[in-house]
Amino acid sequence: MSGWRHSSIGSQIDRNTPLPFTFDGRPGSGFAGDTPASALLASGIRVLGRSFKYHRPRGLWGMGNEEPNAIFDVTEDGRTTPNVRSTTVMLRRNMALRSVNTAPDAARDRTGMLDLFNRFLPGGFYYKTFMAFGWMRWEPMIRRMAGLGRLDPGHCPPADIPQLNARCDLLVIGAGPAGLAAARAAARNGREVWLVDDAPEPGGSLRWRGGAIDGGDWREFTRDAIGAIIAAGGRILTGTTIWGAFDHGLFAAWERRDGSPDRLWRIRAAETVLATGAIERPLWFANNDLPGILSAEAALHYLSLYGAVAGRRILLATGNDASYPVAAALAQAGCDVTLADARADAPAAPDGVKHLGAARLTQAHGRNSVAGAVVDGRVIETDAILVSGGYTPSVHLHCQAGGKLDWDTGSDSLIPRPGSSALWVAGAVNGSFGLARALAEGHAAGGGTGPAPRAAAGDWQFFPMRPDPDLRGRQWIDPQNDVTLKDVKLAAQEGYRSVEHLKRYTTLGMATDQGRSANFAGLATMAALTGRTIPETGTTTYRPPFSPVPLGVIGGLRRGDLFNAPKRLPLEIAHKARGAMFREYGGWLRPSVYGTDDEAVLAQQEALAARKSVGLYDASPLGKIEVIGPGAAELLDYCGYLRLSTLKPGRARYGFVLGETGIVHDDGVVFRLAENRFVVSASSSHAATVRMILEEARQDVFDPTKSFIHDVTAGFATLTVTGPKSRDLLIAANLPEALYDDANLPHMSVTETFWNGHSLRVARVSFTGDRSYEVTVPARHAPALYSALETARQEVSGRWIGMEAVMILRAEKGFILVGKDTDGLTMPHDLGWEAPREKRKDEYLGRRSLFTAEARRADRRQLVGLEIDGDAPLPTGAHLVPLEGQRRSLGFVTSSYFSPILGRPIALALVEGGRNRIGTELGVFHLGKIGRVRICDSCAFDPTWERLHA
Amino acid sequence: MKRYSAFSLFTEGLRGHRGWTPAWRKATPQPGYDAIIVGGGGHGLATAYYLAKNHGVPRVAVLEKGWIGGGNTGRNTTAIRSNYFYPESVALYDLALRLYEGLSQALNYNIMLSQRGMLIAAHTPTQMEICARIANAMQLNGVDGELIGAEEALQRVPLLNRTADARYNCMGGVWQQRAGIARHDAVAWGYARAASALGVDIIENCTVTDLLIESGKITGVETDKGSIRAERVGLAAAGATPGLASMAGIRLPIHTYALQAFVSEPVKPMLDTVLLYLGTGTYVSQSDKGELVFGGGLDRVPTHGQRGNLPAQEAVVSGLLEMFPAFAQLKLLRQWAGVVDVTPDSSPVIGPAGPEGLFLNCGWGTGGFKAIPAGGWLLAHLLATGGHHEISRPFDLDRFARGRLIDEAAGSGIAH
Amino acid sequence: MQIFTCPFCGPRDETEFHFAAEAGKKRPIPAETVTDDEWAEYLYMNSASRGKAQEVWLHVTCGEFFLMTRDTVTRDVTAVTSLPGRNA
Repeated sequence: MSGWRHSSIGSQIDRNTPLPFTFDGRPGSGFAGDTPASALLASGIRVLGRSFKYHRPRGLWGMGNEEPNAIFDVTEDGRTTPNVRSTTVMLRRNMALRSVNTAPDAARDRTGMLDLFNRFLPGGFYYKTFMAFGWMRWEPMIRRMAGLGRLDPGHCPPADIPQLNARCDLLVIGAGPAGLAAARAAARNGREVWLVDDAPEPGGSLRWRGGAIDGGDWREFTRDAIGAIIAAGGRILTGTTIWGAFDHGLFAAWERRDGSPDRLWRIRAAETVLATGAIERPLWFANNDLPGILSAEAALHYLSLYGAVAGRRILLATGNDASYPVAAALAQAGCDVTLADARADAPAAPDGVKHLGAARLTQAHGRNSVAGAVVDGRVIETDAILVSGGYTPSVHLHCQAGGKLDWDTGSDSLIPRPGSSALWVAGAVNGSFGLARALAEGHAAGGGTGPAPRAAAGDWQFFPMRPDPDLRGRQWIDPQNDVTLKDVKLAAQEGYRSVEHLKRYTTLGMATDQGRSANFAGLATMAALTGRTIPETGTTTYRPPFSPVPLGVIGGLRRGDLFNAPKRLPLEIAHKARGAMFREYGGWLRPSVYGTDDEAVLAQQEALAARKSVGLYDASPLGKIEVIGPGAAELLDYCGYLRLSTLKPGRARYGFVLGETGIVHDDGVVFRLAENRFVVSASSSHAATVRMILEEARQDVFDPTKSFIHDVTAGFATLTVTGPKSRDLLIAANLPEALYDDANLPHMSVTETFWNGHSLRVARVSFTGDRSYEVTVPARHAPALYSALETARQEVSGRWIGMEAVMILRAEKGFILVGKDTDGLTMPHDLGWEAPREKRKDEYLGRRSLFTAEARRADRRQLVGLEIDGDAPLPTGAHLVPLEGQRRSLGFVTSSYFSPILGRPIALALVEGGRNRIGTELGVFHLGKIGRVRICDSCAFDPTWERLHA
Repeated sequence: MKRYSAFSLFTEGLRGHRGWTPAWRKATPQPGYDAIIVGGGGHGLATAYYLAKNHGVPRVAVLEKGWIGGGNTGRNTTAIRSNYFYPESVALYDLALRLYEGLSQALNYNIMLSQRGMLIAAHTPTQMEICARIANAMQLNGVDGELIGAEEALQRVPLLNRTADARYNCMGGVWQQRAGIARHDAVAWGYARAASALGVDIIENCTVTDLLIESGKITGVETDKGSIRAERVGLAAAGATPGLASMAGIRLPIHTYALQAFVSEPVKPMLDTVLLYLGTGTYVSQSDKGELVFGGGLDRVPTHGQRGNLPAQEAVVSGLLEMFPAFAQLKLLRQWAGVVDVTPDSSPVIGPAGPEGLFLNCGWGTGGFKAIPAGGWLLAHLLATGGHHEISRPFDLDRFARGRLIDEAAGSGIAH
Repeated sequence: MQIFTCPFCGPRDETEFHFAAEAGKKRPIPAETVTDDEWAEYLYMNSASRGKAQEVWLHVTCGEFFLMTRDTVTRDVTAVTSLPGRNA
């Protein structure tokens, strides 16, 4: 308990607005403007959680998305969100923060004793044990121990996150000094600039380090830059993380908004400047994971922005110049500061700071919190240790965009190789530390004309700080995943020396900070152990996301009806008014039955009514692909299994479209409306792909100027009238008289006429085996057709029928549904359509495939019908098996219903050599039970086809 | 090879773990071998192990251009299952599953096989009928498969979306209890360690630049570490196989695509099964570490680049949230892509090709991890005997000319 | 999100396109003279090459097929042209 709040410093907080919160159930208080992390630091709470494996106490380390420890389950308004990084969100009134991986709480965690067994739990220990009795015996225990926070099963965030596309001339990522200079320079040249930063306000490190630019305060410079951006039509997005660089110059950004849903931006820019800065590295010494050990940069951040101070007696261990302003600011704030610099030639200490040169910190003392440190063998009493092991440039997006890295000795880091990605790079991310360099590089990257903004020169020097493999004691490399230097040594010893193997074997760098606190040290240690340089050792691959992104941001609005949005009928409202239940068929929402009774019962009633009098159903989803022009007939001959050039105008023909593999892709009726005009009535779920098959042939095989293909499915509505009284219904509806005459409109014919001032197409085709009329009008006239047919329906006692009844009616006739009664092996001759295969001499799609060895086999699965005793229909999906001998699948039931008109069950099946088995019996297997069936013809009802004309 | 056990872990713990030796030897290439396997992923390493173990072939090398297990073996969602439709597929994948069941013991390396069960969930009556077709096919083929209803499905996966406006309400599906997940890296390392102990040379950072062929017979490979002779060469290099095969003038029925996988931040246990949802095409499980591991369809553009693209991410993630709206609380932590070698029927190609002595094990597409032990077992059989094991025969390259594709997607309505 | 340029419509998102085939295949005819192997070669066999590739793509939105030259590793698109005989 040694963090405290300074009485006056703190640019972000509003001391007049205290915000109460709880941590692990105990009350705390912060101010408006605080993050949970700053509020906890200021209130002196040190132990914020427990580590993953050893349950060691964990405290605050950093200030942003590099934070590995201060992660909480946050409850607000009764809803909990797990694993919230407390450094990157704002504190809100009455937030309940709950530490993760602790029981009962962070301070008194019961499993802390696991740490006593640490010597038996080295990295990757689980690969060597838990094999006795099988892993499943041990897994539940391991699973319970693992995992950070807890999912709140009752908390379902709404899918309300808009996803927006944007373009700009220049995208500047990072609004620190380099980014501001780049944006300002470009905007002054009239370019539209988007300046994006994940902090709540621009400024980057200027926010806590301050600085004078062009002789004025940095805030003036920032205001000037913002003004220039706005004036040039640009935009500033704060609280926004660019989390991915994708192919062809796409960047994805997550914008956090207070009071409105977050947003996803997909941004494309003509040019991009990367000015993402750098993140401070830790130092490595015994017990370097103790709460109270913080990044020096973060300590300054908390002091300047929130007045939150890490301790009163502070040891700052460093090897670079960047830490000196930190020491100075803390001393000024009233802390007792000792600066231990690893360099022998360290600069002079700031006023009021004790200074140790060539000093080496080797150990921290303390149980749950820092109580002392050992520097050069001497114990120093301290209540907080601030460290700086140098900085690692945030090169992620450069690498995601394909960029490579080079070692830069001056900044002791890997920096972007110039020209290896399409991004301009400026400032600390480029290894260019110090305000003057950042401004100059930013100005140049933004295409600045004239002199760059000026600041006091200050080129920071870095002494290479590395983990020492020979140092005694446990040195943490990855604090969240509990990877120590010994684990890295063990990995090297066991041959897991590639950085990827090291990562995967020890889990180093795989924590939720994505290795920001761990990767450099892991890499440096492996390099030291294997006698390689750091660049020789290599890095793991950088991939999106830059930092963890809520899944909801990526999912966006796609939920419910907006996920795989179903297609809807023009008459949906009318059907709903009739009490239709809707179900999805081939991507379309269609009536399944009409009424509120049991679906199966209603379907039986509807199917019977259609057989006895007349049924009406909405067939609008049927594909309507127009093929027009002098080459249309030739094209359709090629794309169809049955020839269509021989079809007379006004007539219709049933046929198949095959893929080049000979498999039935779709079936349907083709109408020839005129010599050079056809309509392909593809099945509803295949219309789009049939159009593409036709297009491909048109463009690739034929003269494409001789035909034109036009899918007009959505432009028309079709209502089908079927049953013995279907003609009566047409008459009652006052449809044109020409339709009533069978000589004019026989079965398999089509006519176009006018009715009510718009076009009307009527086709005599049948999907039920009964006399049927498909009546098609432009979709906008569907309500008029609907009301005419509905009035007539009442006169002739017809019934609206849903798709479930239609399924029964077509199955009674043995009419197939492609994809249900066929599978990915079914060829047309398997369905009894032999003639074109045997007789056609011209080329057509899939022809050659119908003659492979496999296609010629006699035992191919063929479509047949099934008969059974009793009233219960067979389960669809049951398999046919031999009655004797070895049990194996001979095929399966594809459609099965109770036929109300026949008063018995019917079924269709694909069966090996099925047609030769007609009249014989087979077993039928379903979930372990066996029954008997008789194989029969697929047409169960009206086999002499008399009802078509009845 | 030092044996792994709780006891050895304990004794090593007492002496600072100084006694552990490299899991596999870092070998340098010898001038010649009895057999060379190109590709140090799970399939290649398993092949080497079974060549030495089952067939006693003494001199075997595995050549890996990068680090072992760095391809699709380390880039998948770790699901293992044999819920397939065709008997040929069931025989293949169930061989793999059976070998997986004893693998930790056989290799003395804990691959953490967690047979927590897998649900293929359906949301329409038509899909339930397909599920019945699959469950019956599995039972007839002697594999554990059950058809379960909505109630049992929701019991097993209680967080499934069942709100009134859910796009897809679960009606049940196919349940396979023996299916589950395993630690993918451990499979590669375990095979490598066991193979190395049997004398196999595992040579990393070794790129094959050409196949050496003399009068219709394979005689070795050219590499960036010199030429290496062998009269039997097996290719097990997933997306890199077409390029290798082209060195012998062989074209393959393969397109390569990026398949992405996703990992969320870890949470305490809340999903105890592997789930594939037919409505969304998204599949998901929770790792032992607590992370959600999930994936979905392929990226749409053929590629050899191991990078994912945003449209596929949006489709997969929105699919996951449609299934589990509560998961919108979680954050995406990692994402990666593997280059998968997809055949027209989504079944693998196993068998001889081109010059005598050259054998293929490729075309696993999105389903390679679950098949690793079988792929290795069967390629080892081919390399050792020169002929097919009865299980690999249907997967020979000649099936494309014969017209006998093994198209699970078409047979069952469900792809890999 | 990759951007492809339809020769007829201009640059569009990758989601509007379908990969059709590797370029350069010629459908063998007539069926009577085509062997099983020739047919399988036409139907199924590919180069799937790393690096430069020439492919036939479909812009689904307008229905036009066209040729695209691109790199399968870097994903850079170097050329798009309409099919022979088609004027964009």
